[in-house]
Amino acid sequence: MHEPQGRPDDDLILSVEDLAVHFPLGGGLLGRERRLLRAVDGVDLSLRRGECLGLVGESGSGKSTIALSILGLLTPTRGRIVLDGQVVTNRQSADRKALARIVQIVFQDPYASLNPRQTVRRTLEDPLRVHGVTAKSEIEDRVATMLKHVGLRPEQADRYPHEFSGGQRQRIGIARALILNPRIVICDEPVSALDVSIRAQIINLLLELKETLGLSYIMISHDLGVVEHMSDRVAVMYLGRIVENGHWREIFERPAHPYTQALIAAIPDPLRHAPLATTGGDLPNPLNPPNGCAFSPRCRYAEAVCRSEPEPTLETRPDGHAVRCWRSDEIAHQTSLAAT
Amino acid sequence: MTGSPLIEVEDLRIDLNDGSRKVPAVESVSFRIDRGETFGLVGESGCGKSITALALIGLLRPPLSIGGGVIRFEGREIQHLSAAKQRALRGNRIAMIFQEPMTALNPVSPVGRQIAEMFVLHKGKSWREANQLAVDALASVRVPAPERRVKDYPHQLSGGMRQRVMIAIALACGPDLLIADEPTTALDVTVQAEIIELMRNLCAERRTAILMISHDLGLVANVCRRVAVMYAGRIVEERGSADIFRSPSHPYTQGLVASLPRLGSRAALGRTRLKEIAGVVPAIASFPDGCRFNPRCAQATDICRTTAPGTDLLGAGGLVRCHHHA
Repeated sequence: MHEPQGRPDDDLILSVEDLAVHFPLGGGLLGRERRLLRAVDGVDLSLRRGECLGLVGESGSGKSTIALSILGLLTPTRGRIVLDGQVVTNRQSADRKALARIVQIVFQDPYASLNPRQTVRRTLEDPLRVHGVTAKSEIEDRVATMLKHVGLRPEQADRYPHEFSGGQRQRIGIARALILNPRIVICDEPVSALDVSIRAQIINLLLELKETLGLSYIMISHDLGVVEHMSDRVAVMYLGRIVENGHWREIFERPAHPYTQALIAAIPDPLRHAPLATTGGDLPNPLNPPNGCAFSPRCRYAEAVCRSEPEPTLETRPDGHAVRCWRSDEIAHQTSLAAT
Repeated sequence: MTGSPLIEVEDLRIDLNDGSRKVPAVESVSFRIDRGETFGLVGESGCGKSITALALIGLLRPPLSIGGGVIRFEGREIQHLSAAKQRALRGNRIAMIFQEPMTALNPVSPVGRQIAEMFVLHKGKSWREANQLAVDALASVRVPAPERRVKDYPHQLSGGMRQRVMIAIALACGPDLLIADEPTTALDVTVQAEIIELMRNLCAERRTAILMISHDLGLVANVCRRVAVMYAGRIVEERGSADIFRSPSHPYTQGLVASLPRLGSRAALGRTRLKEIAGVVPAIASFPDGCRFNPRCAQATDICRTTAPGTDLLGAGGLVRCHHHA
């Protein structure tokens, strides 16, 4: 049931170590204290070859900041990102090209992320040219093959984005991400902007491509149904930190962190006309995070220890499941008692 | 269903004037909502659910207009009321909350004033009285420190707090019907749960009926007692909310239910390929003849391509429009 443990390290295609991204927000003038937004603060993640890692958490929790850091579009304040054995943090901009051949992204909104004045062919050819593919026949072949991979017809290549439906545009967005044969694809809410009846097509396509092309995914979504369906492992973020990380089945069947429990309990059950479980309160202001555990003001299990320094650390259990909570053992005990 | 319904929509048609001709964007839509009832209207973008709601509240503006049918509120036809009479109804007896509270609230007016305005306009209160009532209204939607928060501008509040303000405005005059158009789509899931519970509890206390509009079938089925599914301008199925998930009758509803990855299904059944609904949602100007779902339907036959299906009754007050329904 669990992923085999202790695989050799060469199985890792990505590791993120102690990543922090802080944004200074003005202030600082006239002796006022400089304010710092800690969007991501000490995150460790790993991704194995062929794996899909789900990344969940509410808006502002830092999911997309991690994605942008991995893509080399944000310079981390601290920490290391190792891609396929190479440290890629603090690289020169020239190396961004090499990075683009390893990791790519599929964006949320296929209306906003395609250039409306470029044909599909142009959108797919440009990255190839930039990366040194010059032979006309090779370019043509690769564009045609990629369009077939994503379920479009090669003759559609000379059309513009507005001639396509939302689902087809997302297929073009996927083709754009895959044209350089990357090893890792970050899917940032890939179906949330699509019509409900179209989402299944794109989810099925992403899973097929992962198998046929041997890709690894980081799947960012607020839709826990989609994350459960696609992920092998799931990391749950809260206010810039990972609060729980484990095998998908453990996360969804035996969530250990109170925040993960609250997220899952908040999903409406269509078969039951019953009140939704509420957590109380909004996300805290990330400029002024609470003392101790960041979730403590909203947590039904919080005690004095949770509200005081230091904050809990991410503890990894023998089965590889990691939880950042002082009281997770007691809570697990309580919930298992309640279940019997 | 006893007595007369609170609101009754009969054979509603909404036309879209595209310059040269009028195209029906909504057609043959009928439903009723009883006092204190919760009713959901579900469908994808462009299916006509939001403009149906705007028609109820008298806010359709060109190029959209009511092309036919009747809307009755407490037995009285309201579709052709004068602008002044519609204003008296709107906000007072029928209120609405929108998807994005940031664009629905006035950015240059303190939220307390926006709530107080309701009491001044509809209840003839003085501003002094109304301001006090606004504090109470904010407290009732569980905004902490309401006497300070009334002075805040919308941008000073979080998304969840702004939606609470919207609910306070909507419920200020004790309306009989609250229309909630995607009230939580812009919010995170734990905040969504807060807002839904708040709305559900306040409306239950005050016997306010809810018309909830959403693309999220799961959410609507959880909140509402009855659900109508719209596709391309028509209601294709109306059922009790548990029935619609357990035994969907229309091929479109069946497709929707089967295509959503439901939490817990992978653990129970393993990862199966999601069932896809082929094709795309048609645009208003190119709705197909016959049953509008027929180009995407695996069960479609000749009759589906030529004749729009009539309404068939199912058990327990359900109805479906399909020539070959389950």
